[in-house]
Order: sequence, then C-alpha cells, then structure tokens
Amino acid sequence: MKFIRLKAIAKKELLQIIRDPLSLAMGFLMPVLLLFIFGYAISLDVDDLTTIVHDLDRSSLSRELVADLTASRYFKVVRSAGSPREIEEYLDAGRARLGLMIPGDFSRDIRAGRAAQLQVVVDGSDSNTATIALGYIAALSEIYARRISGVPLVPLIEVRPRVWYNPELKSRNFIVPGLIAVIMMVIAALLTSLCIAREWERGTMEQLIATPVTTPELILGKMAPYFLIGFIDMGLSITMATMLFGVPFKGSLFLLGIISAVFLFGGLSFGIIISIVTKSQLVSSQISVVATYLPAFLLSGFMFSISNMARPLQIMTRIVPARYFVAILKGLFLKGSTMRFLIVDATFLLIFAIVTFTVANRKFVKRIG
Amino acid sequence: MLSDSVERIKQMVIKEFIQIFRDKRMKAIVFVIPLLQTMVFGYAVTMDVNNIPTAVYDLDRTYESRELVRRLTASGYFDILHLPASPDEVRDLLDRSRVTVAVQIDRGFSADLKRRIPTAVQVLVDGTDSNTGIVALDYANRIILKYARDLAPAGASPVRIDLRQRAWYNPELKSKNYNVPGVIAMVIMLTSLLLTSMAVVREREIGTMEQLMVTPLRPMELILGKTIPFAIIAFFDMVLVTVFGVLVFDIPIHGSLVLLPLSTAIYLLSILGIGLMISTVAKTQQQALMSTFLFYMPAVLLSGFMFPLENMPDIFQYLTYLNPLRYFLIIIRSLFLKGSGFGILWPQMAALLVIGIMVITLSAIRFRKRLQ
Repeated sequence: MKFIRLKAIAKKELLQIIRDPLSLAMGFLMPVLLLFIFGYAISLDVDDLTTIVHDLDRSSLSRELVADLTASRYFKVVRSAGSPREIEEYLDAGRARLGLMIPGDFSRDIRAGRAAQLQVVVDGSDSNTATIALGYIAALSEIYARRISGVPLVPLIEVRPRVWYNPELKSRNFIVPGLIAVIMMVIAALLTSLCIAREWERGTMEQLIATPVTTPELILGKMAPYFLIGFIDMGLSITMATMLFGVPFKGSLFLLGIISAVFLFGGLSFGIIISIVTKSQLVSSQISVVATYLPAFLLSGFMFSISNMARPLQIMTRIVPARYFVAILKGLFLKGSTMRFLIVDATFLLIFAIVTFTVANRKFVKRIG
Repeated sequence: MLSDSVERIKQMVIKEFIQIFRDKRMKAIVFVIPLLQTMVFGYAVTMDVNNIPTAVYDLDRTYESRELVRRLTASGYFDILHLPASPDEVRDLLDRSRVTVAVQIDRGFSADLKRRIPTAVQVLVDGTDSNTGIVALDYANRIILKYARDLAPAGASPVRIDLRQRAWYNPELKSKNYNVPGVIAMVIMLTSLLLTSMAVVREREIGTMEQLMVTPLRPMELILGKTIPFAIIAFFDMVLVTVFGVLVFDIPIHGSLVLLPLSTAIYLLSILGIGLMISTVAKTQQQALMSTFLFYMPAVLLSGFMFPLENMPDIFQYLTYLNPLRYFLIIIRSLFLKGSGFGILWPQMAALLVIGIMVITLSAIRFRKRLQ
C-alpha cells in the first residue's frame, strides 16, 4: 500500500464532494435538523390528555373530582358532555382521547359507604398513551378517595424512589445521546453507499481500474473524506447536545473520540460494501435504508428499549452495531462510564469494523464486467 | 389526439417498468422492503414496559420481605435476575446496565410491619431510559402500596371508587394494531419518494433525458409517464402490507375497503408531487437521496406516527398541518381500528386533497420549466 496513491484518491473524492455543495450542506444539515426535532419537538412525557367529562351526578363531590382532573397537568378537559352519545362522537373524531362518565348515584353511593362507580373509556388505538392515561386516572381517583375520606396520605409502606444517572427522568437526556449513534449510521450509509456505485454507473470506474491503485488504497481513499465529514457531524452533535440541550456529558471525551472513530470506520465500510455489491445507485439507496437506517433507528435501543421487544427481535439486535454504540454513548454521557464498563460493547464495534473492512476489500473486484 | 397522448404515456410507463425491473434485484426490493418494515415496526416499536430486569437486595430476609418480592415477580413487570449481596454489587449492576431497577429492603422491614410502624422500601431506578424509568417506578409503587393495604386493611380509605375501564377500538391495547396500519403510510412514502426522485435524476445523470426530449412526448405526458409506474408500485405495496398485516399480525379492518384505496390515491398526489419536486432540485442521485431523507425524517417524526402530536410544542403542532403523512395516518388508523366512514374522515381527506393538488401543480410547473 502506497500512501501517495491513497492520498490521491482521497483528494479526488474530496474534490468531487466539494463540487457537490448541496449534498455536503445536507450532510451537515441532517444532524442539526434531527437533533433540533428530537431536542425540541419530541417528548415521550404524556401530558394534556384531551378529556371529555359527562357528569350525571352534578353534586359537590362530582364537581370536586372534575376540578381535580382540570387542575392536573396530565389532563385537559376539552368539553363537558351533555349525553353519552357526545363522548362517543368525540372519541370517534379523535377530539378527545379519554371519556369520563360520573353516574347519577355517584355521591349517594359515597355517602352511603358503597363503592361508587366511575366509568372511563379511552381511545385504545394508541396503546401506549392509553395505558399511561389509565394509570393516571387510577392514581387520580385513588388520591381523590383518600382525600375526601380524610385518611392520611402516608401509607404503611413508603416507597422511597431514587433515580440514578438521570434524576429528573428527562426524556431528552435519554434520547439525545443515542440519537447521535443513529445520525452517524445514517450519514455513513447515505454518503458512502453511492460512492462506488456512482463510478460504475458513470463509467469512471474503468479509468480508476486502469490506474495502479490497489483495492485497499481505493477503499481507504474513498472513505477518508467521508470519515472527516462524519467526525465533524459528531462534533456538531455533541456540541449541540451539551450546549443547547444541556445534556450532561460525564465521561471522557478522549474515549468518545476513539470509539466513535471505530464505529464510523465500520459504518463507512458497511456503506462501501453495499455500494460495491449493488453497482447501482438506485438499488444501493434502497438497500442502505433498510440495512442501516431502520435497524439503527428501531433496533438499537436508542428509543425503544430492547428488553421490551419480542425474543426473536432481541436476538436480532445483537447484530446491529448501532446497539453497542448507543449503549456506549448513553454510558459516556449519563453514567460517566470508564473503559472498564465499555470494553465489551467497544470490542463488538471493533470486530464489526474489522469484518466490514475485510469484506469490502474481498468483494471489490478490480476488473471490468 | 387524446388517444395518441394516452398511447404515448402508455409506452413511457412500459419503458419505465422495463427500466426499473431490468435490475432483477428491484423486484425483490419492492417486495421485501415493505414486509421487513412491517415486521420491524410491528414487533419493535413498542413502549409497553414488561420484564424489567430487576435486582433485589433483601437485607431483611423474612416472610414479609419474600412476600413482597414474590408479588413483584408475580406482576409480570419485574424480572428478578440478580440477588446482590452488597451495596457495591447493586451499584455495579446498575452501572453495567444489567438491571434497570434495584429494590432494597432494609433490615427491620418485617418487624416494623408487625408493629404497624410505617416503614420504607427503597427503589433505585436507572433513569437513562426515562420512559421505562417512569413506568417501572409507577408499577413498583402500585404493587408495594397494594401490599401495604392488604396488610392493614383498617388503614384503607372508607371511600371506595370502583373504576370501570374500557379501551375502545383496541380493547387489548396492542401496540401492533396501532403501528402496522401506520407502516402502510411510511412504506408508500419512502418507496415512492426514493423511486420517483432518483428515477428522474438518473435519466439526467446518465444523459438519457435528452433522448426523451427529442421524442414527441409532451412535458405533461413525461411527468405522468414518470409518476404512474411508481403510483402502481405504491398501490401494490399498500395491498401487500394490508394483506400481510391482516394475515400475519391479525390486525382488524373495521372500515370500508373502498375508502382505503381512495385515500391512498389522494395521499399519493402529495408524495409523488414531492418526489417530482426533489427531482427538479437534485442534479445527482446522491443529492436526490439526501434530499429525500432530509424531507422524510422530519415528516415521519412530526406526523404522530411514533410520537403523539399533543405532546409537541404548539409551533411544531402547527407545522404538522402541512404534513400529508399526518392526515393519512389519521385516516388509515381510523379505517382499520375505528371503522370510521367518510362522514368522519372527510376533513382529513379534503386537507390531503388540497395539499396534494398544490404540491403536484407546483412541481409540475417547475418540472416543465426545467425541461425547457
């Protein structure tokens, strides 16, 4: 391997990238946009559940319950219904997620010491929000019952919760570190998956083949500029995460740099493999979406916990490199993990990088036809 | 004249199909990608929290403490994997993410309970995953409080409220019923956007656009010829995912089977329009791919597909009104789960139609200009 040939290829690729400023700009815009959306727009906290109430009792007790509901930040009472039919209409049209019906004998039952009924209907289509909503309603009615019966709120066993690593349980702190892994994988795939197929399609590959450049030189040279872009994106993402969103970074930056380099190298090699195998930009783009973006987004545990997935899917996540990188990033950001804790995940990334680079070299045949 | 025009469009569509499927791998791609997406979304995208990896650090070792642990296990939410013997071990398990929750029962727990003195249980939660953390705490709270109440029924409140809960449309609260119909919208969007934008740009990149321009094809015919094949593929994918969802995932369809293709057609107006628009901006396939993604990611994130719209700040909520995916998701989910008819869905369909006509007109004008 001659460094001068590698440098020449890298220079050529860099020139080609610079001549396409639109793609380059989008390569930098993508992480900023995604971090922005995840940082500002998306929250997994469920608040302001649209609720419609039908109070048939109209007593001071039932009004107190409705007042509790209105005061809570978890519910937003959008309407006081005049009939059960109206609850149905609101849920059908999606204007309310939750319907609460207080029967006519609610206060009478409470005063007589009987169990008072409350009917709750929830729009179950979004099962996740529905489950949380039902939990809130149960907690609210429990507190209400204790208060009006004058029972002290301290139970026999007190639960003393302590939350480590992310004491305020902010979903932003949980999402943003993992998101960086997803961004890196998507960028790596989008940028490199076309870079070899393009040469074949345009016929410039023949010119490259005619030169004395060897396969590893070609692949490393092609990867170098994208590696640079990936690293700039990484720096951009980390700056935004810590400065703009106030996500704590407790670990070592040096460790982060090294591990990211390994991950990026693997991701870029993977994109190159796709490009080499398909030789067509159209096919490449389709495959890279399924093979990189989907698993990195859905199966990496960045947002959807792996332990909640079905068993076969959990096993599948083991071959998703982003999974290991997400775990490392969360450890570095929130737990301040040291190498001792990250070694297993880092080893997987190293294996991934070595395997993909070797395969890329094997698959590339420097021959026409 | 009209029949000539139809004939030219037909030939163009045939040419386009030959070109796409000349690469045999594209046939597989059109089949496999939607099914893969359905599988992954159907199984993976769930926020349901079960089998939380848990450690129990029991310093009390009495009947009462074991009973509490038994109740945690029996709930199905907690999977007790480790029984650490020291606080250091607890810390280590959490640091290494081997467990998400650690319950610590201190010495004297049962003695306190027997004397009816309020006592405490420590619940340590790994807050890294905030969603699981919140839900796990809530579950632990409920189970422990229930235990306390069972031990001391006299302390319970005399007011009893009997909560009758019902979930409509999806009584068992299965997340796949919510996600799989959504996948149809996603698959159509990604496949059509990528194919449309890249197919046009490729002609330009490899120089065959000039050949097309010397044919008698009029610009409008060229546009139709370039979009109809992808509309057909999108329809095929829609049927494929629907059949797969119903047969494999057991997703109910309560709504009308006429409204489904009709609304898909309206939705396609916007998507093909955006694909066409990208093809007028992008000069290379690389640019087309990047622009498609730059549109696709925010569109999915701000559509209500995975993240409820109500939780977003107002400004982002307003932004979602421009997103065709938002409307189609409401339509398709209501059709599958609620069985809603035209009477309820017409506002969404109207909005989608307006956006679609605007986008496709704009991009057709731009496309014609670029040709000339």
